[in-house]
Amino acid sequence: MNIIVVGLSHKTAPVEMRERVAFSPTAMERPLKALLDLPNISEGLIVSTCNRVEIYAAGKETEVSAARLKRFLADYHGIGLENLESHLYEFQGIDAIRHVFRVASSLDSMVVGEPQILGQIKTAYGYAAEFKTVGLILNRFLHKAFSVAKRVRTETGISSNAVSISFAAVELARKIFGTLERKRVLLIGAGEMCELAARHFVNNGVDSVLVTNRTYERAVKLAEEFQGRAVPFDDFPDHLHQADIILASTGAPNYTLQHRQVEDALRQRKNRPMFFIDIAVPRDIDPRVNDISNAYLYDVDDLQEVIQANLKERQKEARKAEGIIEQEIVQFHQWLSQLDVVPTIVSLRKKLEEVRRSEIEKTFSNLKNLGSKERKAIEAMTSAIINKVLHQPITVLKQARNENSGDNYVDALRTLFDLEPLQPPDEMPDKMPDDGGTEINGLSKPRHKG
Amino acid sequence: MTAIILLFRITLLLYFAATVLFLADVITRRDRIGRYARWVLIGGFALHCATLAAKYVEAGHTPVTSLQEALSFFAWAIVGIYLLFDMRYRLSVLGAFICPLALILMFGGSTAPGVTGPVDPILQSWWFPIHVTLAFLGNAVFAIAFMAGIMYLLQERMLKSKKFSALYYRLPSLETLDNINYKSLTFGFPLMTMGIITGAVWANSAWGGYWRWDPKETWALITWFLYAALLHGRLTVGWRGRRAAIFAIIGFLCLLFTFLGVNLLMSELHSFDAMQGR
Repeated sequence: MNIIVVGLSHKTAPVEMRERVAFSPTAMERPLKALLDLPNISEGLIVSTCNRVEIYAAGKETEVSAARLKRFLADYHGIGLENLESHLYEFQGIDAIRHVFRVASSLDSMVVGEPQILGQIKTAYGYAAEFKTVGLILNRFLHKAFSVAKRVRTETGISSNAVSISFAAVELARKIFGTLERKRVLLIGAGEMCELAARHFVNNGVDSVLVTNRTYERAVKLAEEFQGRAVPFDDFPDHLHQADIILASTGAPNYTLQHRQVEDALRQRKNRPMFFIDIAVPRDIDPRVNDISNAYLYDVDDLQEVIQANLKERQKEARKAEGIIEQEIVQFHQWLSQLDVVPTIVSLRKKLEEVRRSEIEKTFSNLKNLGSKERKAIEAMTSAIINKVLHQPITVLKQARNENSGDNYVDALRTLFDLEPLQPPDEMPDKMPDDGGTEINGLSKPRHKG
Repeated sequence: MTAIILLFRITLLLYFAATVLFLADVITRRDRIGRYARWVLIGGFALHCATLAAKYVEAGHTPVTSLQEALSFFAWAIVGIYLLFDMRYRLSVLGAFICPLALILMFGGSTAPGVTGPVDPILQSWWFPIHVTLAFLGNAVFAIAFMAGIMYLLQERMLKSKKFSALYYRLPSLETLDNINYKSLTFGFPLMTMGIITGAVWANSAWGGYWRWDPKETWALITWFLYAALLHGRLTVGWRGRRAAIFAIIGFLCLLFTFLGVNLLMSELHSFDAMQGR
């Protein structure tokens, strides 16, 4: 049994192709059920976002199954496979695990570190769980992916630095003011950019907004939206000293805010710092304002540079994240490969236990005058013998499985002890004691340790 | 005696480990390392307390009569005050600045002359421990202000020039650093003032005069005026940020000169030789 991933993303397909294979989130039952109808696919999950469409499946004969999944994707959306194929990627086994861990940790996203994708995978998993198309393997796999993503988020700084203008401005303001509570923002100009940035500030704690604009009505309208106050354009310099954060984006050809005005404002506010964000082109604020003590001025280019630096930081953190993911892959893959060893061990134990039981019964019926103490001792001794005998083979079996040479051992063991092949009730019996395909049912009864 | 030396060495070792961890915290930006660093430092501080207590018991007076002891006592006060500040601000990056200072003082102390001969009877007065403890605690608080000042200037420079080094991501906001500056001033200044007053009272009872204008006293007064000016500027004219940071740095350098420079360059009543009976 193996994990298979087939899909496409912003890296391999243009939006025209992505939108054609997207699945509607309101109608997931049909495609999910159809997925399980494919031969050899025992579990399935579909992730569909605007940047990627991917199928995660657990199944046998991975080569053939992957091809079937591709065809399924094409047929379901009525696209010729020949048109779709070049955009698709497929992963199996360790590569599939790595891919899903990376996607969930947002290493494969358009903007590395943006966390939306995790929520989208969780939603997709929710549908699959609701329609019962995930079982032991994908359940465990997805939960592992979620915990890996969480580890990456907490142990690396992958999503800690802003990569949008508005957030970069908020972050810089935090570096200056600490908390943004009880800080006041002054909007000069009521443009869209200004509004967006102001909204980020308000969402991050700023609780007072002043708006000024050449057309006073627009200022009033925008001020209402933030429950702030509008100031007539000609009067705004008188209010400058009340503002901690100044967002400027007027269409004026000249500097709206002069060096001298800022100096005056700072004197009036006893040098409490002021943060100027000039998102207008041409600029609204005299660049020399940045030379004034306790005044910090950032224009659009400055903010872009901050974002570039932050993206580089994210790339650095992404490398740490890859390390974490490699560790987790090893762990998960071990668990996955032990699955088929475990039922073998279980049936081996069962077999020996049967032998022991029948021999004990024979012995006890011959020795009728044994006390309960003696009987218990014999019981314990025979159990101990079985455990001692089994200890070494089980250890070897588990180790061998991790080293990919376990198939032979499993096969030999089954032949030597004449163990019956375990079979899932809903699958065709295989011609050979196959180690794949049996673990789900073999494992749901006995408790699996490790 | 050997037990005390052993305690001292282990303390030194723990401070060294804490310094390394604090620096690693800044470089790797892992909060967990900062937490380890804090616990190692707390361990070091506890041992340091034990060292000082043992010395006190052994000598019968507060152990600040040699340069070695004074440096060690200063380091103890700095670490103690840092841990107090840390309870409020939780700033491991401040530890990355403070710990090396404490380590240097301790290390300098371990190489400085540490002879404790018979002690002048005036040191038996209990004005002595009160005077030195207040003075050193005040100095330690100003050491925090000094480091916060350096951090402020670094952070301000990065924000102005828009070029961010790895430290940027670890430094707290300018407002926090300015707040530390202010807090240090409001605690440090009264401590320092009381340190000077108790010193004068003690001098009066020992030598029959409150003030003798020996170099140490003069420099202490200069330092006191510097900090007084800063406090006044902060409260009335709105000095803050960069200017306050620079003042805190100059003030501490002045203070270090009062503490060390005067002893090394000029020798008067406060010199450690004079404390020994001879």
